[in-house]
Amino acid sequence: MNVRDTAEKCGFEIVAGEEALDRDISGVYCCDLLSFAMGRAPEDCAWITVMGNMNSVAVASLADVACIVLCDGVRPDAEMMKKARQEDIAILCSGVPAFETGKMIFDTI
Amino acid sequence: MTFNYDVPGDDFTRAGEASGDLKKKLKKLGFPSSVIRRVSIALYEGEINMVIHANGGHITADVNTDEINLTLADVGPGIPDIEKAMQDGYSTASDQVRNLGFGAGMGLPNMKRNSDEISIETELGVGTTVRMKILNQ
Repeated sequence: MNVRDTAEKCGFEIVAGEEALDRDISGVYCCDLLSFAMGRAPEDCAWITVMGNMNSVAVASLADVACIVLCDGVRPDAEMMKKARQEDIAILCSGVPAFETGKMIFDTI
Repeated sequence: MTFNYDVPGDDFTRAGEASGDLKKKLKKLGFPSSVIRRVSIALYEGEINMVIHANGGHITADVNTDEINLTLADVGPGIPDIEKAMQDGYSTASDQVRNLGFGAGMGLPNMKRNSDEISIETELGVGTTVRMKILNQ
């Protein structure tokens, strides 16, 4: 299922990356340490994290994930939004913790 | 063909510019996504290390059809114990850096894992040069 439909079905807010919403999500990865995520997040996954800064966008782009999902009510800062627009990375916001967020996506895709 | 990048020290807003740019270039040149991913991860980790530990440095990416050679040179403090630095989870990063999500001690291990050959020359007080080869296969 693509990023747009997943966000809608899970009730997540789409805050960035209009151009990337048609991308299919093939799995879920959860981690806040950037080097871990960088080395281990599978391509095309939905990456769940609480790191709402611009470095997450760089990692998402280089690891080629389908989207970033900020969980637990975290919002992206201004620099992250700017970088996401530059790199065409979709950012979704979820109000629930990482596990629930991941389960919702896993049950949906 | 060769691409050169200057990495500014202590500026996290620009960290990842070199690896992002090289990724785009390799995509245009038609390299397979598995190779691009390995180059991107190895180079980003090196770039971040230069920002965190070495006050920046210089990257040279030598791109050929059968292999990509990355050279990352800095004039930072050097690595006191390479063996320790290569261990998963060993980090000397500050709390401020850790709060940004870095400093998991995965930098050099990720660079080793994603390259086919890696060599590190380092001298305390002089600097460090890391060379990585990634085969196009």
